[in-house]
Amino acid sequence: MPDPEQSSAGGRRREPGIVPWTTRLARLPWWALVLLLLGVLLVYAIISSPNYTDAFLFIVPGLWVTISVSIIAFLISLVIGLIFGLGRISSNPIFYNIATFYVEVVRGIPMIVIIIYVAYVLVPLVISATNSLGEAFLGVPFLANLGRTMVAVRITQVSMLARAIAGLAFGYGAYEAEIFRAGIQSIEKGQMEAARSLGMNYFQAMRFVILPQAIRVILPPLGNDLIAMVKDSSLISVLAVRDLTQLGKLNRSRTFRTFETWNTVTYLYLSMTLLGSLGVKWLERKFGHGER
Amino acid sequence: MSDHIIQIRDVYKSFKHVEALNGVTLDVARGEVVFIFGPSGSGKSTLLRCINRLETVDRGEIIVDGIRVTDRDVDLDSLRAEVGMVFQLFNLFPHLTALQNIILAQEKVRKRSREEAAEIAAKLLQRVGLPEKANAYPAQLSGGQKQRIAIARALAMNPKIMLFDEPTSALDPEMIKEVLDVMLDLAREGMTMVVVSHEMGFARAAADRMVFLEGGMKLEEGTPEEIFGAPKEERTRKFLSHVL
Repeated sequence: MPDPEQSSAGGRRREPGIVPWTTRLARLPWWALVLLLLGVLLVYAIISSPNYTDAFLFIVPGLWVTISVSIIAFLISLVIGLIFGLGRISSNPIFYNIATFYVEVVRGIPMIVIIIYVAYVLVPLVISATNSLGEAFLGVPFLANLGRTMVAVRITQVSMLARAIAGLAFGYGAYEAEIFRAGIQSIEKGQMEAARSLGMNYFQAMRFVILPQAIRVILPPLGNDLIAMVKDSSLISVLAVRDLTQLGKLNRSRTFRTFETWNTVTYLYLSMTLLGSLGVKWLERKFGHGER
Repeated sequence: MSDHIIQIRDVYKSFKHVEALNGVTLDVARGEVVFIFGPSGSGKSTLLRCINRLETVDRGEIIVDGIRVTDRDVDLDSLRAEVGMVFQLFNLFPHLTALQNIILAQEKVRKRSREEAAEIAAKLLQRVGLPEKANAYPAQLSGGQKQRIAIARALAMNPKIMLFDEPTSALDPEMIKEVLDVMLDLAREGMTMVVVSHEMGFARAAADRMVFLEGGMKLEEGTPEEIFGAPKEERTRKFLSHVL
């Protein structure tokens, strides 16, 4: 086991003696200061310039769409990821092959294509399958009511917002599956053997022994994927869902104020992702030290 | 019913390129302490792991307490609850304290209440001489202490059989005794034990029978007096001269 005290020292270095002021100056995080300055300038612009104020007020409702779509899609992708991650390490050949098929196929497709494909191909397919299944149920006495409901479902009832969430979750599920797989495989084989030797079944061993240990390995990369999801959620603007990016496009064509529009959009995305990275750094510090 | 709680019949097992077991037959009576020894790669650990089916056999059958372990659809979980296993590398759950390690399977498998499980765990900690370590995490324990907690964890299930897979091989010499003392107590109390180990002192003191394995075959077996006094096989004599 790595010594936690040693590895947690991280970036901080103890300096022997006095450091010349030039060295100290060179070591300041200038990039962060510049970023902060730009941020302050933009806030000032939004408050004082009518063009910026207008752009900001038009675009900012998209922030909540972006955040809620990202979080909901991410939570669904976690469920998909856990199931298919377990499939990737399963000894059951059917489960293993289904999971591996999904992961390999989805990871080989650009996210924007996945979103379009889910929205215009998979969701309509699911709807027509539901309709056909409903028709089959109509003849069965106690399923007839359910059948009628299923026959009545129309593709137009599934909003683009819902399809966007489905697309992102479907696309990210494959990446989360690999994170879960790697996290579970990072736990020594002896842990599963010990749990099973005590009479626990596979799911008890996973739930009480393996996953609680794997979670410290899994959390930081999951955090990174949530940030990536916030960025990739901009792709749902191809479905005309009114997220930050879509409202940016609309604002530009409404006002022709290109600079104001995209400065504001960029600023809002950066505020979310940079805060998110701070959160992930905190997670890494909290969980990064080997054993307790 | 036979009074042999473990019956191993002509068991074969091979890994990719190694034949680990080449037709081993072995019976263990209730309350017996069987000591399995032999050079590394002789199949001792594999044989032990077949008893609770951490490994599956290629051929042959193993019956434990009347249950045919080698059947495809045997209820492994309830069988394993009756067979305690102690590992070379302890395999304690690092995210749980010593006490929680001993409680977990009692609650989840034996369905005991938390209070009852904690009470049993506290008694077992007393028994292995570590009552003050109840709230310590495995990383805060020495190897010998970890192994004693691991034994307590297995005993908490009230197993009918205890399997020991080289329980002292990963320990510093001064810690071996504390673990062997716990095992000796267990043997005196009449626990059925199958021990894979190189600790000949333990065999002399506690084993009812010693089994010498080599190349996946049972080369010789006998009481400690017979094995230490006058081994029949030249190979056994040679092996013993190296380890004694």
